Formats: sequence, C-alpha cells, structure tokens
Amino acid sequence: MTTRINKVVERVGGIILGKELQIRLAVACLLARGHLLIEDIPGVGKTTLAHALAASVGLSFQRVQFTSDLLPADILGVSIYNRDSGTFQFHPGPIFTQVVLADEVNRATPKAQSALLEAMEEHQVTIDGETRRLPQPFFVIATQNPSYQVGTFPLPESQLDRFLMRIQLGYPGADAERALLQGQDRRDLLQKLGACLRGEDLTELQQEAQQVHVASALLDYVQAIVRHTRASAEYANGLSPRAALALLHAARAWALMESRKHVVPEDVQAVLGGVVGHRLIPTGDGARINGSDIAQHLIKQVPIP
Amino acid sequence: MTQTLASRHTFWLTASLALVAAPHVQRLPWWLNLLVATLFGWRLYLARTRLPLPSRGIVMFVVTGATAGVYLHYETLFGRDAGVALLVIMLTLKLLEMRTARDAMLLIFLGYFLVITNFLYSQTIPTALYMLVCVWIITACMVGIHYTRAPRTIHLLRTAGVLLAQSVPLMLLMFLLFPRIQGPLWRMPADSQRSSTGLSDTMSPGSMTNLSLSEAVAFRVSFKADTPANRQLYWRGPVLWNFDGRTWRAPRADYGEPRYDTHFYPVEYTVTVEPHGKSWLFALDLPGRLPPRSIATSDFQILSAVPVTTRQRYDMTSFLDYTYGADESAATLQRALQLPPGFNPRTAELARELRRKHGSDQAVMQAVLNMFGHDGFSYTMSPPLLGEHSVDEFLFDAKKGFCEHYSSAFAVLMRAAGIPARIVTGYMGGEVNPIGQYLIVREADAHAWTEVWLRGEGWVRVDPTAAVSPARVERGISAAMAGENVLPLFIRGDFPVLRELRLGFDSVANNWNQWVLGYTPERQRALLTRAGLDDATWRSLALLLLAGTAMTAMLLAVLTLRRLRVRVRDPVRRAYLAFCSKLGSRGLAREDAEGPFSYADRVSRARPDLETPVQRFIRLYVDLRYGQEADLQHVSRLQQLAREFKP
Repeated sequence: MTTRINKVVERVGGIILGKELQIRLAVACLLARGHLLIEDIPGVGKTTLAHALAASVGLSFQRVQFTSDLLPADILGVSIYNRDSGTFQFHPGPIFTQVVLADEVNRATPKAQSALLEAMEEHQVTIDGETRRLPQPFFVIATQNPSYQVGTFPLPESQLDRFLMRIQLGYPGADAERALLQGQDRRDLLQKLGACLRGEDLTELQQEAQQVHVASALLDYVQAIVRHTRASAEYANGLSPRAALALLHAARAWALMESRKHVVPEDVQAVLGGVVGHRLIPTGDGARINGSDIAQHLIKQVPIP
Repeated sequence: MTQTLASRHTFWLTASLALVAAPHVQRLPWWLNLLVATLFGWRLYLARTRLPLPSRGIVMFVVTGATAGVYLHYETLFGRDAGVALLVIMLTLKLLEMRTARDAMLLIFLGYFLVITNFLYSQTIPTALYMLVCVWIITACMVGIHYTRAPRTIHLLRTAGVLLAQSVPLMLLMFLLFPRIQGPLWRMPADSQRSSTGLSDTMSPGSMTNLSLSEAVAFRVSFKADTPANRQLYWRGPVLWNFDGRTWRAPRADYGEPRYDTHFYPVEYTVTVEPHGKSWLFALDLPGRLPPRSIATSDFQILSAVPVTTRQRYDMTSFLDYTYGADESAATLQRALQLPPGFNPRTAELARELRRKHGSDQAVMQAVLNMFGHDGFSYTMSPPLLGEHSVDEFLFDAKKGFCEHYSSAFAVLMRAAGIPARIVTGYMGGEVNPIGQYLIVREADAHAWTEVWLRGEGWVRVDPTAAVSPARVERGISAAMAGENVLPLFIRGDFPVLRELRLGFDSVANNWNQWVLGYTPERQRALLTRAGLDDATWRSLALLLLAGTAMTAMLLAVLTLRRLRVRVRDPVRRAYLAFCSKLGSRGLAREDAEGPFSYADRVSRARPDLETPVQRFIRLYVDLRYGQEADLQHVSRLQQLAREFKP
C-alpha cells in the first residue's frame, strides 16, 4: 500500500519539479486527515500542486477562486425556489466535493473565509437550518499569498491553526526550472495524470496512519518540543495542545510513508516545519518567516530525550 | 548587575541589616539609635512609595552631622566603639544610596562585616547563634538579588542554608589552620576602662554579701585526679592587712620569694578564669607553681603581669597540707598587729580579758571560735547595718553576719590580743558539674577567712565562719543558705530541674570556652605537632590552608557536578548512550537533537567500515525504544551489542 503512496508522490513530482519534500508533506497531510495551506508568491505552482494532488489520488475535485466579493453562499451553495415543484431546492456549492482547492484564500473577506473554515472543522455545513454532511474523505487545499502582498485579508491565528500543515514552495532550483521551461505545458500534463489510488484506498491508508505506534519515549520528545516553545522567549506564543496533536498525527502519517510501524524522532523532525511554521510567531527583528527555518532552529534547541 | 532593585529586595536587605545591627543598640548612644531607626524607616517608606532616593547633598549633610556627633560622643573617631558607631551609621546611609543590584551586593558585604563587629563585644554561644542566623538571612538576600522573578522565601532560605552548610568544612579548616595571634586580636584602648567585677582589694561589711548575689562564673577548674573535699577548696585571692576601723585593705604588693614546707603530694588542676579586670589569678592554698607571665607576692597572692581582661587558662599545682612563714620578720608581724586607735573599744576590752584568762595564743583563738559557735551568733546574708564601731556592734549587739563580719571580727580580736592576723579573701568551695566533670566557682562562692601567725607554726588558716556555720565550709554556700531566698534562683538547690539545666548549659559553655575561644597559638601548635607537623610557621600554615581549601572546593565541586549528571534508569536508553559515547570518543559524537537514524547515517558516511554494526544496533534500538517490542531478550541483546561495539 505504501508503495502506492510513493507512486502518488512520484507522479505529482513529475509535474511540480524539484519539490519532493513539499509534495511528501502534502501527501502526509492528506493521510493524516488534515487540511493543507500552501503559501507562496504567485506563479510558483501552488494551484498546479493542488490539482495534481487531487488528480493523482482519484478524488472528486472543485476549485473556488476566492475574491474580495466572494460570499459564503458562493462556497456552500444556495436554496432556490423551484417553480415546477413549488419547493425550495438546494443547489450545493463547490464545497460539496472531496478535494476543495480554495485558491488565494486570503483575498476573500473574513466572512467568506470563516464559511470555509467552519466546513473544514465540522466536515458538514448548515444551510437554512439544515445540516448537510460533506463527502468523505474531505480535504481542503488552500493557497494564499504572503500577507505582505496587496489586497489580502490575513487569516487570523485561530483559523491558521485549523490547517494541519502549511507548506511553502519557493523558487525551483536551476535544474528543475530548466526542465520546467523545456518541458510540456503543465496543464496538458495534468490532463494526462491518472489516478493511482481510489477513494477507498485513501480511507484505508488514513486509518492505517492512525494505527502507527507512538512510544512513550516519542511522546517525551513531542512534549519537550512543546514545552520548549512555551518557555522560550523566542516565540510570541507556545504551541497549543492542538498543535501537539497535529504534530503527532502528521508524524504518524510520515512514518507510514516511510513504511514504519512506529514513529521515530526523525518523523517528528521531518513534519515539524510544516506543522509549526504557521503556528509559531517568532519574536524579535530577525524573525524567521520561513517555516522550515523555524523548525530547524527549534530542532537544534530541543535535545531528543 | 546593573538592574534596578525590586522593593522586596530593599525590604529584605533593610530588615537583615537591622537584625545584624540590633545587638549594637545597647552600646550606641541613644541619638545614634534614633537616627539609624529613622533612616531605616525612611528607606522602607521610599521603597514602598517608589519615591526617588534623597540627593547626594542630603546624604552628605547627614554623614557630616553623624560623624561630628560620634566624635563629640566618643572624643575620637578610632577605636572599637567609635569605629562600630561610624560603621553602623555609614551602612545605614549607604542604604539610602542603594539603587542598583551592585549597590545591594556592596551592602551585603558590609552586612557580613558588621556581623564580625558584634564579636568584638561578645563571643558567647548565644551571640554566635544569633550571628549565624543573621549570616543565613543575609545570604538568602544575596541569593534573592540574583533572581529576576521572585522565588518563594523558603526556597531562598533553603539555598542559603545549603550554601552555609557547604562552607562548614572550609570554616573548620580555617579555624584550625589560620595562623593565630597571641592574645586577643581586638585589644582596644576602651577595654582598660571596662568596669571590673568580682573581688576587690578592699573589704567592708556588706561587700562579700553583695558578691554572693551574683551567679556569674568566676572561674572553672578541672582537676587531674579527684576533686578534693569541699573544706579544702580555699581559692586564695587578695590578702588584706590594713584595717581602718571599718574597711580592710590590701597593702602595696610585696614581691618576695615565699618559703614553705609541704607534707603531702600536690594536686594538679587547670583553671580557666573569666575576665575580671584585676590582676589576681586564683589557686588553692598553697600554690606550688606560677602560671606563665605572673608573679607571686610574699603572702602568696598570684598576680598576672597584665590585668585579666580576657578569659585565661593556666595549669596549677597546689599543696593542700603545708606550713609556711614560721620565720616571718618582726616588721611584717608588726604590720599584722596594727589596729586603728579609738575604734571598737568593747572588742579591745574583750581581747584583753581573753588574754588574761587564757595563756596560749591557741587557747585565745579557740575561745573566740567557741564564742562564735555558742553565744547566739548566726550566719546570714541579710545582716543589719553597722555603724562606726562595726566590730563592736557586730560582736555585742547584732550577732548576725556574713563571712566578712566573722573574719573581720576575728582578726580584730586576734590583733587586739597580740596575735598577728590578716584577712584572706577569695572563693571557697565550688560546684562540681557532673556533666563534663569540672568545678564551677561563682562570685557567690566569694569568701573571706583569716590567717593568724603562731610561733613555731607560721601562718595558719582559721576560718571563723566554719565555727558559726559548718555547712558553709563542708557543703558550700547553697547548703549554708538553704533557708534564705536571697541567693540567685539558679544557685539555690531547691529546683533540681533548673539545676540540671543550668549545669548542662554551663558544660556546653565551658567546652565552647575551652575549645573554641581558648584555641590559642599554644593549642594550635600542640594540635599540629600531634598531627606530625612540628615547627609550623606562618608560611607552612598558609600553604596547608591553601591546599586544604583547594581540596575542599574540589570535593564540593565533584559532589555538585555528580548531582548535575542525569541518571538514566531505562536500560535501553543507557545502552544507547553508552554506544553514542563510544562513537563520541572517536570524534563522532551524537548531537543532542540528532535522531537515531540520522545519526547512524552520518556515522555510516564518515566510517563506512562501521556501517553494519551501527545500523544493526540502531535498528534494534529504535525497535525497542520507539516500537512496541518489550522483549527482555532483545534488551539484553542490545546491551550486548553496545558492550561489544568497538569503533
């Protein structure tokens, strides 16, 4: 089964060149039943990554382009009066799908943002007093521009926390960029990209990820990391218990991808950048914005017990 | 160290300095006490309200005023008393300049210094205990200043206590080895003016009685062998020759070589005399040798070369059975017959009558003693006041008196009857402390007796008090005065528990005196000789001290560092750490934050030859530590791999 996951990574890697680590993190996020936030400047392949990921795992896919005039109903759906039947009929919005790509989520108003985020948290939406379940598995990939870009409504910390991981793509390396420039159009490649997993397979893998063993020695390590962020003056806030849980889930998924039955400290270290990058706000002038920089610094400071 | 101080630091520091300075209150002039108290209060008020500290000008003004005041009061700025007064006032003013933690540290060290000044006045156990508490609290203050967040007071006290406990070995080392200086370090001019206690070189009715009210210890004695019987314990002090009708006085000392014959082997003992401000050193009748730096007079007083202003310890031998002075010169005997004319006519009449009735001197003596024993005389600590003819009034009217009355009346009668006589004052008896086996002689044991000169026998001790109250001589003052509630509470025998307690305390105090305060250069040398270090010089002592200090510090450091080492109980983890440290000694130390697989990969890259054993070990380790395996066999296999691993 894990070979199939690696096939997914391989396939997506064929489209997004030179970003294997980010792709693996994205897949781990999917396996851990978390939602993914991709943050970077426009044009580095955020949307392509989301597309490729959805296509290769064989899930239904919808895309919502967030704009400043987007309304919650544009995401969730709306009930329209049907003159033939004489009743209101619900027209589901783009959120009723397995993979939602919320493109440029921080360009929408907080009202529209929160409609999406509530759905992410509850796995259900309530419209006109009626609660509707969302399809399973439900996976949101949101992309956002860095907050210093013009025309953004930065997501508040409480909502950032709902994303299991945040990854940053960054510019491709010189070789990867050359291959990209020489290669085919990415859109064509996406069209040809077949699914190598079925929806049921994914659910099974998600369950398997939850079964990965976590020893108490590993919990010691996770707790040491959390404790360090809380005691240290380098961060505005320490990691919350929810963040600690997220770290554990992500590490489990990573261990599964590494074909291990138990989590080792390296798994925690591997996912740390994705999990804590958007949760820790460094204090001071030379603040490390980059998630992996924060993680590398944190890893060095916490000895493995 | 430049951070400003929290008000709780100021409060604690002020309080602890007040605690240290408190014993000086009794010695400083009242206006200084008032000033210091006001300044303490002012500082606390400023700390509480966070108002700015007073300007330099105000402080300088108070400094000038206080210095002038000290000078006017003591008429000097030097010496112990004026020095302490200045130190206290300056320290208090420094509090008003305390802004940063650095100032506070300075004050803390001044506080330690102030602790020492208290020992210039008193070196007793209570003072030492009190100062120990002070040092403890000051140290806690110092610990507290180094915390940025306020820890609990109990935590500070515990840390300070641990610090003090750690300093105990060093303290002992310094006590034993620090080069000693002969005599007290702090002999100051003020000492000579200190009022003296105890016996004096005069005796008038009532003077002994006053002494009997004091429970102060005069000296302590430890005998080499058994303590002699109470009736033999006559501790010789000033000898009084000159009588003016009311008061007996000692003549100018006549230093001569007294001759004596002894009939018995001597008793050997050690006397530790409390400071009394006079020159007398006490010994049993008759002293057989002289303590160092002392001389004897022809009437067997032992005089120290310098007044006894510090506790002194000397070895003595005495002959309890003796004759001396049979060949006393006529001039001396004439001095022992002097009586002032016109005083005590009735006594003179009685003496003439006795002389007529009895032939020999011995018979006259015995007649007087019989009179004391049978003619209604009584021994009391509250005798009636006597007028001009004190001996007449005592012998014929009052018939009540204390030892000075009996000895004085006896000597006057003897002199009037033509028998040379003189008064000897000193102490009689003492109390054996069963805890510690030594004799305590108190001021209350002060006594006066007489010596008469008999032809062919020389000077013979006659104690007229024995005739009226045999108990005084046989069993001591507390037995003789059992009925009267005049004696100090602690001396009376009617509270056995109190007595026990008092003797226990005295024993502790005696040990303190002997071993702590009495640790003189001689004792230090004796101790070092016994440790095999003959001829210890300043230099060798200093070297020894340095070496000992270094060793103690090292030992403490090792103990402290051992505590820092984390003890690992988990055998799997211990095997892993052993494995890592083996690699570490080959320059491949694991970083703290390096996971097992990353570490194994790094080692394999650096030392491809080790790849197989390292990977095998790491796999097993990860399975045991992070996996679900809990097989003891695997654990011992891991331990074995760690043991056999030879990088």
